[in-house]
Amino acid sequence: MAVTGLNATDSPGPGVAVIRALRETADFDLRIIGLSYEALEPGIYLRELVDRTYQLPYPSAGTAALLERLRYVREQEDVAVLIPNFDAELHNFIKLEPQLRALGIRTFLPTLAQLEARDKLNLPAFGTAHGLPVPASRALHHAGELLAAAETLGWPLVLKGRYYDAAVVHTLAQAEQAFGRLSGQWGVPLIAQQWVGGQEINIAGLGDGHGRCLSAVPMRKLTITDKGKAWAGITLEDEALLTLARRFAEATQWRGGFELELMRAASGELFILEINPRFPAWIYLTAAAGQNQPAALLRLALGLPVMQQEGYAVGKMFVRYAWDLITDHTAFQQVAALGEL
Amino acid sequence: MKLKKNIATSEAGFIFNPATGDSFAANPLAADILARAKAGQDAAAIKADILERYDVAPGQLEKDWDDLLAQLREFNLLD
Repeated sequence: MAVTGLNATDSPGPGVAVIRALRETADFDLRIIGLSYEALEPGIYLRELVDRTYQLPYPSAGTAALLERLRYVREQEDVAVLIPNFDAELHNFIKLEPQLRALGIRTFLPTLAQLEARDKLNLPAFGTAHGLPVPASRALHHAGELLAAAETLGWPLVLKGRYYDAAVVHTLAQAEQAFGRLSGQWGVPLIAQQWVGGQEINIAGLGDGHGRCLSAVPMRKLTITDKGKAWAGITLEDEALLTLARRFAEATQWRGGFELELMRAASGELFILEINPRFPAWIYLTAAAGQNQPAALLRLALGLPVMQQEGYAVGKMFVRYAWDLITDHTAFQQVAALGEL
Repeated sequence: MKLKKNIATSEAGFIFNPATGDSFAANPLAADILARAKAGQDAAAIKADILERYDVAPGQLEKDWDDLLAQLREFNLLD
């Protein structure tokens, strides 16, 4: 099977964690093919996890280039299932679903309509449509809209890039500076979201595409990096969180992995800050806690039955660490020059 | 004093709230009080036992008891 998202950096992709979870399933003896975008993605060199890696064209190259590359990969490898793990690549993979199936490669992804509906730009309408608690937000196409956004949403304001990155700003000067940085890096529009204080909680889940949430594991962030990523976290027991995940899967008929990024206000009220249409980088914690979501998704992609997973270890923690992988320049050269290792 | 049902306590004095992920460390007396409360003993019985075992005036005990309750409430550990 093939997995993308091998960039295990300070803002890690989920691929390595997905592979680690898949390696633990007793259902299959897997050969794992890594799919990378850059030659220095650490997962490429984790040879005990990834059997072979092939580089992919960037998502901006379009579906034709991606299909051509995957056709080549399929000629070399027996890929039965592919799990994409980046927001920015999902659109292409979803569009290519029929062609991939014709190649014998199955996926288990949300529909394009589901992908669009939960997009940051559409989140307020999505919340209203499904009765889900979402902070107010609006799209910003130029810095001149910042003041009006702040007057509507109040200070502080959260400015978010289209796909990644965010900044909490307290003044117009800070907002203008952040707008320049974020729009320069990620383009426009940006999203201005009402700031909500409280505890940051994420839920990793798996929807079967028919309204059932097959698995949901909530995690509170214990250490947060300057990029807002959880560097340590702990599983929680809270029926309100599980109910919210089930409501999301049922309301959207969500198909595949997802992550709800939540804020629990001091009042106990929950707000959905973001919905990621894929597994998060901390997904291995679900396997460690007793609900191996990547392994369950693999079964779904293969059309095998998956029981609703109940119960998980509460108080199970992850503490992320950085590790210097040692490899040889020849391995790097092979990836950089030939696009495979 | 009614601790939330799912609060986990250990003999060493560690307290874990599985709903929030918060952990706390209690001193031996606080740990003993929490263990008794969790076992269903009422406040009057716990206080009577403390007065018998420790050299403390009833007024001081009431004050400290209220402080403990305030902390537990602040930490979201009470029902």
